[in-house]
Amino acid sequence: MNKLSLFLGCITPNRYPGIEKATKLCLDKMDIDCCDLPGASCCPAPGVFRSFDKATWLALAARNIVISEEMKRDVLTICNGCYGSLVDANHELINDPALKKNTNYHLEKIGKSFKGSVEVRHIIELLYDEPGPDSIKEMIMRPIPLRVALHYGCHLVKPSKERDLGSAENPTFFDELIEATGAVSVDYPDKMACCGAGGGVRSALLDKSLEMLNHKLSRIKGAQVDCIVNACPFCHLQFDGGQVEIKEKLGIEYKIPVLHYTQLLGLAFGYQPEELGIDLNLITNKEFFEKLNIITSE
Amino acid sequence: MNESGISSALKEAGLEVLTCMQCGTCTGSCPSGRYTSLNTRRIVRSARTGKNILQDENLWMCTTCYTCQERCPRDIKIADTILTIRTLAVHEGFMLPAHRKVSQLVLESGHAVPINDDVKEKRKKLQMEAIPETVHKYPDALKDVQTLLQSCEFDKLTADK
Ligand code: SF4
Ligand code: SF4
Repeated sequence: MNKLSLFLGCITPNRYPGIEKATKLCLDKMDIDCCDLPGASCCPAPGVFRSFDKATWLALAARNIVISEEMKRDVLTICNGCYGSLVDANHELINDPALKKNTNYHLEKIGKSFKGSVEVRHIIELLYDEPGPDSIKEMIMRPIPLRVALHYGCHLVKPSKERDLGSAENPTFFDELIEATGAVSVDYPDKMACCGAGGGVRSALLDKSLEMLNHKLSRIKGAQVDCIVNACPFCHLQFDGGQVEIKEKLGIEYKIPVLHYTQLLGLAFGYQPEELGIDLNLITNKEFFEKLNIITSE
Repeated sequence: MNESGISSALKEAGLEVLTCMQCGTCTGSCPSGRYTSLNTRRIVRSARTGKNILQDENLWMCTTCYTCQERCPRDIKIADTILTIRTLAVHEGFMLPAHRKVSQLVLESGHAVPINDDVKEKRKKLQMEAIPETVHKYPDALKDVQTLLQSCEFDKLTADK
């Protein structure tokens, strides 16, 4: 495996720091060489900045990639949005000399230059590749027997032509990683449906965004799970904060706990929920924590 | 019939929409269209004729989930088409107020979602540094980000009207 640098993005460090902590603890446990990416900015957010101005989107994304290039490390993302933005920008810049030239014109003003020498990875596809679900199963300290509603999120698998991760309609790689922790990935209708946050919809049209979320949550509720697991802090924010907003605006209360995959994996590696920031979500669910306490004290 | 410049912009971006057969698979797949007035098939139809839809607010109801693009039997890059039309709209001055605000946050702080005191406390509770290893911690890095944004004239594009 190439050496990595951890690209944090915005929502992880600035809203859900538990995801950052859990990621670092897990990478450490698996002996994956990954350092910080000092001075990184917003990826920038694909749905909005890419919509506004392509040159800006590419310039900011390229700067983030270049910082990692200078350390000769691949970029590791823990967010579908950051992944979509950085992996697409990296591909476009590598494959289109005119775009690269134009982007480097801007980068020159800050003394940087994009070379196209590193890859952008997402933690889920990375872990699936290496060490892989079977090895993770051997590495864990204790199984976490939770019923999980897995949310892949859109930009991890789509556009599939540019992702190379197999089927976008019925993928299984993430489910295998869930099951490696001893949890059960429960099937539910509209599992691959969008959470409704992306494309600037959550920021500008919150009510519409929440209707899409409410649809998804109602499906998840029907599957009687212990929690939702995602691999994207923006989906995480939508599921967690969105439940609070749905309660206020629509009067529907779900109380479904939300975990990033690294938090679930961290539990299996022997960490306590509080060390992983699982208790720092907006949604609290007493029964879930009682269950976790039983699992983690055994 | 192309006052909006949509046809030439799509062509320049390598996006082919003329092969659309108006089957409606995109609309049927759209998670947003169930709850909003977004009709993806109709957007593609307008794109095909170059009709000026730069002020159409439906453009902003797409979550960029890419489901339509995955399923289109004619392999039309539908979501990418919507993004390209959005860019034209923004350059014509059509931008939702909330999006202007997010842009300005990035100009000020380098983050679309900057840190706040509450989260600094959460970080301390987790025994992490209160300020993350991002542009938040390095003033020179923020300056670089701002230089890039100015070089791309993003500040002018997103300034208040
Ligand atoms: S799915 Fe493709 S061919 Fe069918 S209406 Fe939509 S864009 Fe046209
Ligand atoms: S990418 Fe946009 S238009 Fe296409 S299905 Fe998703 S929300 Fe609808």
